[in-house]
Amino acid sequence: MQLYDMPDARGHFGPYGGIFVAETLIEALEELRVMYERYRHDPEFLAEFAYDLKHFVGRPSPIYYAQRLSEKIGGAKIYLKREDLNHTGAHKVNNTIGQALLAKRMGKPRVIAETGAGQHGVATATIAARLGLECVVYMGSEDVKRQAPNVYRMKLLGATVIPVESGSKTLKDALNEAMRDWVTNISNTFYIIGTVAGPHPYPMMVRDFQAVIGIEAKEQMLEMTGRQPDAIIACVGGGSNAMGIFYPYIDVEDVRLIGVEAAGHGIETGRHAAPLTANSPAGVLHGNRTYLMQDANGQIIETHSVSAGLDYPGVGPEHAWLKDIKRAEYVAITDDEAMDAFHTLCRTEGIIPALESSHALAYAMKLAATMSPDKTLLVNLSGRGDKDINTVAGLSGITL
Amino acid sequence: MSRIQATFAALKSQGKKALIPYITAGDPHPKHTVALMHALVEAGSDVIELGIPFSDPMADGPVIQRATERALAHHVSLGDVLEMVGEFRQQDNRTPIVLMGYANPVEAMGQQQFAERANQVGVDGVLIVDYPPEESEDFVGLLKSRQLDPIFLLSPTSDAKRVSMITGQASGFVYYVSLKGVTGSQNLNITEVGERVAAIRTQTDLPIGVGFGVRDAATAKAVAEVADAIVVGSRMIQEIESSNEANLLNNVRQLTSELRQAID
Repeated sequence: MQLYDMPDARGHFGPYGGIFVAETLIEALEELRVMYERYRHDPEFLAEFAYDLKHFVGRPSPIYYAQRLSEKIGGAKIYLKREDLNHTGAHKVNNTIGQALLAKRMGKPRVIAETGAGQHGVATATIAARLGLECVVYMGSEDVKRQAPNVYRMKLLGATVIPVESGSKTLKDALNEAMRDWVTNISNTFYIIGTVAGPHPYPMMVRDFQAVIGIEAKEQMLEMTGRQPDAIIACVGGGSNAMGIFYPYIDVEDVRLIGVEAAGHGIETGRHAAPLTANSPAGVLHGNRTYLMQDANGQIIETHSVSAGLDYPGVGPEHAWLKDIKRAEYVAITDDEAMDAFHTLCRTEGIIPALESSHALAYAMKLAATMSPDKTLLVNLSGRGDKDINTVAGLSGITL
Repeated sequence: MSRIQATFAALKSQGKKALIPYITAGDPHPKHTVALMHALVEAGSDVIELGIPFSDPMADGPVIQRATERALAHHVSLGDVLEMVGEFRQQDNRTPIVLMGYANPVEAMGQQQFAERANQVGVDGVLIVDYPPEESEDFVGLLKSRQLDPIFLLSPTSDAKRVSMITGQASGFVYYVSLKGVTGSQNLNITEVGERVAAIRTQTDLPIGVGFGVRDAATAKAVAEVADAIVVGSRMIQEIESSNEANLLNNVRQLTSELRQAID
């Protein structure tokens, strides 16, 4: 197999990706592309990034053998990559540190971000505080209501949170508004995108900063089990934690890569957030071409998932490409299945997973049951579930 | 000669500048759009920019986004917009129509089908905001082969090399975005716009339209002194937004006349 080498110079992953933005953003993206090219292999920059990942985030994140869970299922052994143990509680911070360090080198005193569940907003506010950067976070007003604790965390960290009232008042609208801020304040502002979407170079850059997950896992699995896992399973909204763990494994052909989307109420109901699994048509949104949930007229439709972090109508363009070339498989898990997995992990392992990560876990549990105990599965446990306890309690009819 | 070229040539010979209003198709209601287009022409518009509603209009400010939301409340599709142009053409075969919108509705229809239908109904130019030249070589070819002018944006941040590349692909006219920001922003710096337009003029013979910050007769007049055309979008939409069904056409006619007088 030829070594995987994507994207091309203009950010294309086959027909996906690219730079689909108004002329007003072209120059800023070019500046970012040039600066990222300069620093992505710069030893000093990488050393600074590595230092913060170790001392500020607490990396490497461990791999944990979920023995009781595995024995309960009675199939393949399930291992968890513990991104939930990172500072701020999820994988998101890996990327925000990388981009904030780049912002600093580019002399931009102000960073902006969009956020859905609030994890990326918190991770951006965190590194902005650490580096002394002004921070503005755009968040759909619906999400502001659903994720009140994270809104307050961002404020504690000194960020300004701006509720977005337009459109569906969720993540995609926050992204639109952040883009508008960026185009207006382009000279002093760095836009920290939280997932492997957006115009080039974002999908590549976010993937590269998140690839630390897969790079560590490759060493750790070898050390712990003497070999690589039979499959790696990660949830996919925009797809940054999945790209981060998949990317270093793309050339390791005998490791299956499985992305788990949110089936919401069920793919057949249309109330989901699973463009890949539902075979949605390709289109252009937020600066790149990818598979998109849309109506027959090309209007983006509202998505549904119990997990705010997966509630996005598109998917990173590299996932679209990995699906087409059949290097990765994409499946979907419903709200109910994710909730079951959430409760199971809490009770069997003493780990409260994020609802996003619970989707990956739910699929791993299904798959493990069909495999023999000499097989191993590695689940990217992308975040911890403390942020979700209000949602979970609400679904059980409990008010905290 | 295309309708757009003919219009600019005629204006030039009269020593006049083009007035290009923007309205969103289907705002405030689909039944008003064709009548609004005729009213704009009667009151002195030279070219009409007709917006294709899209659910995620990232390059637009809140005013045009609201127009889009009103249109989408009536499920106005790209197909409907093309039909409106066809209906307009039954009475007006002279005024150029430029469709302005975002890529995804075009992708959903199919680029080729869009180009064919646009040509059939009498569209003259197409500006897809999130199709920069690098990503639209095929699309530009489809447009040109059907006598449609690809219209591109130039921004304050486009350097000379880009201006040259973009004007090399564009036809009809080019659209200079007069400030950093989204549509309807404030703080237009006329001196800077004049300098930039003069610099662009050294690189192309295409007429240069200026928009994204023209909000009243005074800014229209000032911009018309340096550009070949002024594009008025958010201000036009505000007029539509603040009108009722009874005074809608009159209010739009009156605003258009004021702008016409200001630039003549």
